[in-house]
Amino acid sequence: MLKYILNRIALLIPTLVGITICAFAFVRLLPGDPILAMAGEHGVAPARYEELKEQFGYNLPIWQQYIRYVGEVATGDFGVAISSKRPVLEEFKTLFPATMELSFFALVFAMVLGIPAGIVAAVKRGSWFDQSLMGTALVGYSMPIFWWGLLLIIFFSGYLGWTPVSGRIGLQFFFKPITGFMTIDTLLYGKWDAFRSALSHLVLPAIVLGTIPLAVIARQTRSAMLEVLGEDYVRTARAKGLSPSRVIGMHALRNALIPVVTTIGLQVGTLLAGAILTETIFAWPGIGKWMVDSIFKRDYVVVQSGLLLIALIVMAVNLIVDLLYAVINPRIRAS
Amino acid sequence: MSQSTEITSMASGSPDRLTGLRTFWHYFSVNRGAVIGLFVFILLVLAALFAPLLAPYAPDVQDKTAFLRPPAWQAGGSTQYLLGTDPVGRDILSRLLYGARFSLLIGAVVVTLALTGGITLGLLAGYFRGWVDVAIMRVMDLILAFPSLLLALVLVTILGPGLFNAMLAIALVLQPHFARLVRAAVMAEKSREYVVAAKVAGAGHIRLMLATILPNCLAPLIVQATLSFSNAILEAAALGFLGLGAQPPTPEWGTMLASAREFILRAWWVVTFPGLAILITVLAINLIGDGLRDALDPKLRRS
Repeated sequence: MLKYILNRIALLIPTLVGITICAFAFVRLLPGDPILAMAGEHGVAPARYEELKEQFGYNLPIWQQYIRYVGEVATGDFGVAISSKRPVLEEFKTLFPATMELSFFALVFAMVLGIPAGIVAAVKRGSWFDQSLMGTALVGYSMPIFWWGLLLIIFFSGYLGWTPVSGRIGLQFFFKPITGFMTIDTLLYGKWDAFRSALSHLVLPAIVLGTIPLAVIARQTRSAMLEVLGEDYVRTARAKGLSPSRVIGMHALRNALIPVVTTIGLQVGTLLAGAILTETIFAWPGIGKWMVDSIFKRDYVVVQSGLLLIALIVMAVNLIVDLLYAVINPRIRAS
Repeated sequence: MSQSTEITSMASGSPDRLTGLRTFWHYFSVNRGAVIGLFVFILLVLAALFAPLLAPYAPDVQDKTAFLRPPAWQAGGSTQYLLGTDPVGRDILSRLLYGARFSLLIGAVVVTLALTGGITLGLLAGYFRGWVDVAIMRVMDLILAFPSLLLALVLVTILGPGLFNAMLAIALVLQPHFARLVRAAVMAEKSREYVVAAKVAGAGHIRLMLATILPNCLAPLIVQATLSFSNAILEAAALGFLGLGAQPPTPEWGTMLASAREFILRAWWVVTFPGLAILITVLAINLIGDGLRDALDPKLRRS
């Protein structure tokens, strides 16, 4: 197992180098001078320009610049945001929990509905439930989620007036974050009305972000379940006279869930890409909105480091999913 | 669909193209959803082709007496503007019809670019293996390491906003899927007897890659191309929605949604119809994709 883990980590090194090259190249590929691009619309005085050139090392050969950049990133120096003058890493740390919280609830929504629906569809294969579920899943899979979010706002916020239109919590509530998760922090402070406010802000964005993963998980669970139900050991279990619920729950489900775990892991990229749109629609203060805002503010230091940090997160999550997969499926370790 | 004919006829060893087409249609038409999807898609193509004839107005004509007019069936609406008007008095129906042109154009251009790039790289990697393979596939892995929309956003930031740059960015992001498919298929086919026979008969590298191996890898590629077609439409609409794709006043559906956003609580129709158009188009293409998978590739056939 240790050998597998080390091997798997070694395979990541080229990707890691590639990701840093991409982030490094980004600022240099922008049209025009990188320092002027980073300075934004205000421009920069000639003396300051030379100073910055020195400071960022743009006078060095390109490979030395890259090594310098990797050194900075490795020591946790992701630069200072132009617009807020705060270190990028600090901004990231305050915004990332918001995206985590949103993604977590989106994934819970997708799993809680998707897995049981997929199981029932597989067991009752060909029934009207199966057919309508697969139809609905295809609609969910084809959904432009930015439009879906607007529709939900029109109906639940505009027409019914049930949920707020944007933000994470009512403006009347203000407290120092502990974990950065609104739903947890409000409980830690023991403020029930604030907790309810946080939850009501969370419902619509979580549904919107969870829609595509829900469709994917339901489809994947169904097909994994169908495959397992045709296996010999399931037939044996049936022949032994076990009750259908025991066959499905004990024998089939446990094996069917293995590929589903991978599917769920692969949704992390989908979630982070979806967060860009969802957070923009609901003015959710997370890293997706941060990236889009920074692009429009031409704060390229943030875009560069955000790109790098998000890619690192996706990579780390994929690694964890792979390792988990090896834990639950011994056949993988052998190969 | 003529490509699929080749596959089936090659597989059965029969030169009769019509038989192949008939076999294909037999499997495809079993899937009712796929037939509906194909029907809707044909309607969309017709709408795009004949937009100037079908649309009651030009897409950019403003009626200064009819801002945010509701659709015909709602109080305050009239049959003059069937689906209502937008905040500057343009007919939404006309804009949607012209918008079909952009969506289909986006899908076609992106898939063509991604397919060309992916086939070339996948063939090279799978055929030559060694360092060529390693170098190409590492870059493909790298592209896939980023969430697709994020990478497209960053690329458009470098290239500058606009429809063409958005299409380029999306093609680049979707391209690794094709490269991976082609590489895997080429590696599987390369040691088959018919390839060895062709090699012995003196076929060169290019001929082996393009004429001998490639036609036998087409089935999964066609399915992937369909999925990419709908993905491209979604991503381009998302970029348009974020303000980085097609620029106003282009009647691209995502861009239409972006400019309608501030009116969502006052005028539901300016938001609802463009999004519905995107959903219907993407859904129709995905339905076709499911049917193609069933008809073309028995290995991928869904249970």
